[in-house]
Amino acid sequence: MTKTLSVSAIKNGTVIDHIPAAQALKILKLLQIGTHKNCVTLGLNLVSKSLGLKDLIKIENRILTDTEANEVTVFAPKATINIIENFDIVKKITTRFPDSIVGVFTCANPVCITQTEAIKTHFYLEEYGKQIKLTCRYCEEQFDRDHLVALSAAL
Amino acid sequence: MAKHKTCGKLIMNNTLYGTDIISIADLQLDQINHILKTAAQLKAKPAPDLLQHKIIANCFFEPSTRTRLSFETAALRLGARVIGFSDAENTSIKKGESLHDSIKIIANYADLIVIRHTHAGAARLAADVANKPVINAGDAANQHPTQALLDLFTIKECQQKIAGLNIALTGDLKYGRTIHSLIQLLALFDIRLFLIAPEALSLSEQFANHLKKKGIKFSFHQSIEDVIHKLDILYMTRIQQERFTPLEYQTFTEHYALNPACLHKAKPNLKILHPLPRVNEIPMSIDNTPHAYYFEQAANGIWVRQALLNLLLNK
Ligand SMILES: [Zn+2]
Repeated sequence: MTKTLSVSAIKNGTVIDHIPAAQALKILKLLQIGTHKNCVTLGLNLVSKSLGLKDLIKIENRILTDTEANEVTVFAPKATINIIENFDIVKKITTRFPDSIVGVFTCANPVCITQTEAIKTHFYLEEYGKQIKLTCRYCEEQFDRDHLVALSAAL
Repeated sequence: MAKHKTCGKLIMNNTLYGTDIISIADLQLDQINHILKTAAQLKAKPAPDLLQHKIIANCFFEPSTRTRLSFETAALRLGARVIGFSDAENTSIKKGESLHDSIKIIANYADLIVIRHTHAGAARLAADVANKPVINAGDAANQHPTQALLDLFTIKECQQKIAGLNIALTGDLKYGRTIHSLIQLLALFDIRLFLIAPEALSLSEQFANHLKKKGIKFSFHQSIEDVIHKLDILYMTRIQQERFTPLEYQTFTEHYALNPACLHKAKPNLKILHPLPRVNEIPMSIDNTPHAYYFEQAANGIWVRQALLNLLLNK
């Protein structure tokens, strides 16, 4: 943990490390960090041995659920997510790339039923090498993650 | 698949009972074979009382006379009664009712819902909402699973097998929902595909990846004549005029229409299929050749839809 101390330590909460540069802001939106009052420390473009440049997020007084941690891997496949209690790591969450993601992305298909009905979107996820593809459960069309990120108001 | 004997006859467990037919992607190979077998049995020996006292709701939010009549006939010939509507014009949808609410209400009236809709994924939503089986009769450019199943039934009927066949698909391979469903279905079998389309209507990356993943051999071609001598099945589809300028459309129809003269190169067993309606992809002079099989194909829709109605509603 000493290497991450370039950003101040937190007492209780969650640390998300090894986020590819430029993805941290999307993760903040995914986790709806803007809507709570806890202290959040953000590190952008930190030097990393494995990633070149990386982002880092520390959230005080919030413990990510396993589902939330898995959703983070949609933007940061190699993220390490640690739960901190009294300045110590008490749990390293083992993330799993999720099979599907509900209510986060907007479908890019203009005639998808999710555009007109009040239902949550639902995408199945697949990794093709470095590319992440999402297939809409409803219209069955497949999209690149970054294409959907650009359209999704929630991100 | 588990099998058990009844009255000395081998009967397959019906794993389709009470389920929905929304997308080919949901179906297992044994279920597909069960559908084909049931359709063949019904064609050989019609069963006019199988669905007595059942009510089928034909909900065509998008008009399609041919598909609607095919479902209606299939239901009536099994002894069911049919309710429904042929377009959304005079329904409460026009008044702003959600699909969710419409389906919830209709599911209380009928034993099974057939839905066609202008929006992709509408049938999936209907199946989520309804406590009765739902059959997708076409949802925008996405899926048309019953058409694909009747196409497969017809291929097997006219060639006596599926494995080992050389199958060409022509026309709009990019936006055609029939093509999407058929490709997913054919990818479950050991076949060779020839994809003949102008570049603008070529198969999307998503479906090409799917074929690769399933280990299906396929190749792209610009004209039917180049490959006709290899084919067992030539599956033609319509190119939608409204997608192109008049000049583009004319070029496409010249290239992707079937020239009767090239049929002399065809194998004797070649059969030509088309989901119909045709525009000018297949000249009428071909109708009387032994290769034409599209009207038999259309007639098979009744048996395949009967098989589906029966399997979803009867244990
Ligand atoms: Zn969609």
